Amino acid sequence: MSEVLVLIDAPEGKVTKPSLELLTIARRIGEPSAVVFGSEVPSQLAEYGAEKIYQLDDAVYADYLVGPKAEALSQLVADKSPAAVLVPSTFEGKEIAARVALKASSGFITDAVDVSVDGDTITTTQSVFAGNFTVDAKITAGTPVIAVKPNSTAPEATSGAGTVEAVSVDVSDAAKGAKITSTKVKEASGRPELTEAAIVVSGGRGTGGDFSEVEAFADSLGAAVGASRAAVDSGWYPHSFQVGQTGKVVSPQLYVANGISGAIQHRAGMQTSKTIVAVNKDDEAPIFELVDFGVVGDLKTVLPQATEEVVKRKG
Amino acid sequence: MTKIVVAVKYVPDATGDRTFTSDNTVDREGVDGLLSELDEYAVEQALQVVEAGEGEVTVVTVGPEDAADAVRKALQMGADAGVHVVDDAIAGSDAFATSLVLAKAIEKLEYDLVFFGMASTDAGMGIVPTLVAERLGLPAVTFASEITVDGDTVTIRRDGDVASQEITASGKVVVSVTDQTGEARYPSFKGIMAAKKKPIDEWSLADLGLEASEVGGDNAWTAVDSTTPRPPRTAGEVVTDEGDGGAKLVEFLASKKFV
Repeated sequence: MSEVLVLIDAPEGKVTKPSLELLTIARRIGEPSAVVFGSEVPSQLAEYGAEKIYQLDDAVYADYLVGPKAEALSQLVADKSPAAVLVPSTFEGKEIAARVALKASSGFITDAVDVSVDGDTITTTQSVFAGNFTVDAKITAGTPVIAVKPNSTAPEATSGAGTVEAVSVDVSDAAKGAKITSTKVKEASGRPELTEAAIVVSGGRGTGGDFSEVEAFADSLGAAVGASRAAVDSGWYPHSFQVGQTGKVVSPQLYVANGISGAIQHRAGMQTSKTIVAVNKDDEAPIFELVDFGVVGDLKTVLPQATEEVVKRKG
Repeated sequence: MTKIVVAVKYVPDATGDRTFTSDNTVDREGVDGLLSELDEYAVEQALQVVEAGEGEVTVVTVGPEDAADAVRKALQMGADAGVHVVDDAIAGSDAFATSLVLAKAIEKLEYDLVFFGMASTDAGMGIVPTLVAERLGLPAVTFASEITVDGDTVTIRRDGDVASQEITASGKVVVSVTDQTGEARYPSFKGIMAAKKKPIDEWSLADLGLEASEVGGDNAWTAVDSTTPRPPRTAGEVVTDEGDGGAKLVEFLASKKFV
């Protein structure tokens, strides 16, 4: 079986859930080979089926934006002739993969929500136009390079050999153009990551700027917190929590929209969620066209009651 | 004197009923097109850089006849000149071919910096800036929330999920900007009138030394098998809160095993 290169995202040595999903998807195509940058080789890689682990440990990868990582991954593609390359559909993952694909004259598909394999044929599924269409596509040139969105599959643990091979690459000066001069790690919220969460509870204009009811309800469900563009533009919640066309696109099992009217800008970020629930004062809010269940009412009273009820049921 | 080229895209209005044509390419006829909202922020940032010192802003787009509208909007905002690369052979191009055409067009212009929006609002891949940089052999500082230009050095702040970074590059640099850089201006009446006198040059593939076989849908590295409209969501039960809205909500969640 041929190998599949999987670009691993492991900030602080902890493999992200989307990266584990990639290892699982890679097994549909061939034998997963994890590509990891940094001094640590997380044990989860072998636990989730990585047969080989290519480790690239050099300060150059942390000191510069994507250029060096793209050259390194390109060299691996040239050396190993993999059946496919999978990367996380993040800013960094997509930029690295785009450059790798260009260097190899290979097709590249971003934002895949599913990858299926029939013999040698790999088909990707994407959700486009604010989730109004699904697109099935194939890569027709070179080595298929695919960026896969979070929540595209459930990560399955399975033991892989996890043979570590240190790889060193001579990075060109041209790849060292964009230097990272400072990095401030954000404080962790203690909540699940927005794009990876199974449940997202979000707030909009209707919060009036106070997210305490939204956060309390989210915490009772173990959910991530999101915000609409209106709430972010008003300075009520940080942009990194914005759900919508210009923020995060989420596709959780359950999405709870509170005080959010449901403008196209917001729908683009959440309408592929499996189950949608909304609380809004305005019974004509467009969000109610999407919901599986809705409550017309004030989130300031509905959410505290719901939080209490969840806590009670969970005992 | 800073010369900035801003690459923009003409896209179907995201608030319209966007769809595909029978050959699985984006329908650009049925829905009104406009300058991609995310590119307005790039135009704005370029104008601010030039206004803080001296320089000029040239806007370039690749697209069908109507795409000139996107350039015109940028000229109304205050850009100095426009270039529209238009050629029937370009239709259906993927991101790689588009980046090739853009890179050739940018090379033909005099420039110090190249600005892009972070992604288009239609395909939304967000990779054309990095591809153009790769083709031109330039550093790319992408997804900027804040941009500072000092002499020939560009420094950006990039706000990621786990960290906020400062990234710097010198010389000719490709920059992509997010909507966090600040509101884009509306064209003023004066700006709209002034734009009528500003030139929009039309360039063909031949003007860029490119062959039809290097671009277009038939030469794309990916192929779409099918496009399927998502079945419309059927509206579920909506209740009015009569003091028990929260309890009813949780009852529903429990029925779906979320609690």
